[in-house]
Amino acid sequence: MAAVHGDAHGHDDHHPSGIMRWVTTTNHKDIGTMYLWFSFTMFLIGGFLAMGIRAELYQPGIQILQPELFNQFTTLHGLIMVFGAIMPAFVGFANWQVPLMIGAPDMAFARMNNWSFWLLPVAGTLLVSSFFVPGGAAAGGWTFYPPLSTQGGLGVDLMIFAVHILGASSIMGSINIITTILNMRAPGMTLMKMPMFVWTWLITAYLLVLVMPVLAGVVTMLLTDRHFGTSFFNAAGGGDPVMFQHIFWFFGHPEVYIMILPAFGIVSEIIPTFARKPLFGYSSMVYATASIAILSCVVWAHHMFTAGMPTVGQLFFMYATMLIAVPTGVKVFNWTATMWRGSMTFETPMLFAIGFIFLFVIGGFSGVICAIVPIDIQVQDTYYVIAHFHYVLVSGALFSLFAGVYYWLPKWTGNMYNETLGKWHFWLSMFFFNLTFFVQHFLGLAGMPRRIPDYNLQFADFNMVSSIGAFGFGLTQLLFLYIVISCIRSGEKSPEKPWDGATTLEWTHLPCPAPYHSFEKPPIVK
Amino acid sequence: MGSKSVITWAGVSAFTLYSSMAVGQQSKYNFPEPQSVIAQDIYDQHIMLMWICLVIFIGVFGVMFYSILKHRKSLGYKAANFHHSTAVEIVWTVIPCLILIFMAYPATKTVIAMKDTSSPDMTIKATGYQWMWGYDYLQGEGEGISFFSKLSTPRAQYENKEPKGEHYLLEVDNRVVVPVGKKVRVILTANDVIHAWWVPALGVKQDAIPGFIRDSWFTADKAGIYRGQCAELCGKDHGFMPIVVEVMEADDYTQWVAAQQSASAVKTSMHVENK
Repeated sequence: MAAVHGDAHGHDDHHPSGIMRWVTTTNHKDIGTMYLWFSFTMFLIGGFLAMGIRAELYQPGIQILQPELFNQFTTLHGLIMVFGAIMPAFVGFANWQVPLMIGAPDMAFARMNNWSFWLLPVAGTLLVSSFFVPGGAAAGGWTFYPPLSTQGGLGVDLMIFAVHILGASSIMGSINIITTILNMRAPGMTLMKMPMFVWTWLITAYLLVLVMPVLAGVVTMLLTDRHFGTSFFNAAGGGDPVMFQHIFWFFGHPEVYIMILPAFGIVSEIIPTFARKPLFGYSSMVYATASIAILSCVVWAHHMFTAGMPTVGQLFFMYATMLIAVPTGVKVFNWTATMWRGSMTFETPMLFAIGFIFLFVIGGFSGVICAIVPIDIQVQDTYYVIAHFHYVLVSGALFSLFAGVYYWLPKWTGNMYNETLGKWHFWLSMFFFNLTFFVQHFLGLAGMPRRIPDYNLQFADFNMVSSIGAFGFGLTQLLFLYIVISCIRSGEKSPEKPWDGATTLEWTHLPCPAPYHSFEKPPIVK
Repeated sequence: MGSKSVITWAGVSAFTLYSSMAVGQQSKYNFPEPQSVIAQDIYDQHIMLMWICLVIFIGVFGVMFYSILKHRKSLGYKAANFHHSTAVEIVWTVIPCLILIFMAYPATKTVIAMKDTSSPDMTIKATGYQWMWGYDYLQGEGEGISFFSKLSTPRAQYENKEPKGEHYLLEVDNRVVVPVGKKVRVILTANDVIHAWWVPALGVKQDAIPGFIRDSWFTADKAGIYRGQCAELCGKDHGFMPIVVEVMEADDYTQWVAAQQSASAVKTSMHVENK
């Protein structure tokens, strides 16, 4: 592959300019950039919906969003953040970083790469425009359980179509990543010498190929139930609404790890760099990632403990879920041991990485608590669960994305970000995040169900605190936008190697910024 | 001044915070006061898990923050170069497994107890509707009683035209009434979409699924009124279909049953006369 690309040398400057550069590009860096900007746009839209939700919940009573619209906001907030913001952002990182970190000139299927990106704006447009069709957007929650989602209007169909498209994009992206990693590593880079970020993405990509077709299947069944007279999920026709939940969560639980394994990878790159010390327990990290991925496929029904299941079923899913704590614990211990007796500095990427570990562990604890069936019976579908998964998805996945952006911005743009503002971004995010979500644990324990637009007065104080936190968190992310834009436009020139502890190929073998075509001759890895 | 006084300060403030959380019947920071054996088990296991989590948290982050404070480049600390230790890695794989087994043992016993809906003293069928609950007393004292239970909070309150009452959104026109100390089996189903019947103080949450039957049970320890809400998104008014269980002493319950049955007898005879 590298040899073929070598022959094409000299075509570098022939790519189109202007808008056509982006429409027709097959360059992994251009595509990675587009993925990242797309996901940030969706993050702002999903964030806007979150602000709407928190504004309505700011005090008891119905003020801003009528219940029907409130349900549309919660549903689309979930769908947009999961499928539009977090997942594409990690694929963007994979596009930029996998070739750079394994010493490959580009992704294996460059044209398919272009196609898998350009599907995304179509799906994103479908999701957002569904607010404006008769009946409004889907309002059955991001998990769209039937029979409720069978009741919805055109918005549900647009959502189903969008999920199909997003699924196709993810599957193509994953095949591309798997092929690139398995076939295009630089000579000498054996699997067990790959950077952790590449390992986590390899495993994630396999998970995606495994479960995205399952999601496509289940939304198709929903579509035929809605329009073509089938009764997969309708008891009156011989179907079973609970079967939907089983199929959905067979996708949905691995999906959780799809959004967190690459985060583990990013953090595993950043901690050693800023501790100036090799990653502790590299091989156990790889095995832990693989075991999490395998276990994630056999725990799905822990989302359904209240749906009714045989005792043995509940016990099996409880034990399997608890077991995930072991490899996850290994990872946290390894990061701690990596920091131990390092020579640490605390630039913004390191701050976000440490913030990630700190808050992710809290989310992990509440995860174990939710795994215990009797306790889950109480907290299922309450704000406790909302708090739990925002601790793993916002302070988990999102913080790692911020960490990664700050870490690699010099490599991508050739400029340094403003360190002072970066630190502000971290501390404000940290403060407002906890203000928003920590109190939601208490709301859930005290008995506030999720997905309700109004609540009893006993929940009023914490909801107000949470809303104030959410507005602060939302505004803080505009600071991030400012930091990134000013870095691109007018940032100080980055030194050739801004992070002295970095050891991966993109830092040791390439200048800052990375040239448009890199590693046309593969580096030799010792 | 040093680590000792910091630890003392942290201990005192944690203790103060913890005891302030425990004060008051309706805790804002924890589960409502348990009113059944199962709810008590859940409450106790949750507290136990919180302590375990707290110990692990202090252990892990104690080490990490010590490292963050001491192993800094700015303090001139030189990085070591170790990168694995099989012994340590085995230890921190095995110990979490043991902790998990310790957690799973009581949980398993509770799961088995929760699932045992056999030989109830009475059986009530709860049916979820968009957006209210229907109750049918199927077996035991009160057999034959049947009614709907709807939100009784006036619309003006949630449209902010009237001040909100104490039980805002947690009050209904007809409460489910059960006797104290009797094993009540609740059979659940739904008419349209999935709902969930949840009363936190009694430790019961079970989805009500259209076209299927699920069951759960509780035995209330004390007379009183216990409030809960639908816990599965069921459409527009999901937030407006509460569940209120009134637990009565045996005598009061007998009187309530008699009143209900004579009322329904009147209704039936009126119905016949009108024909």
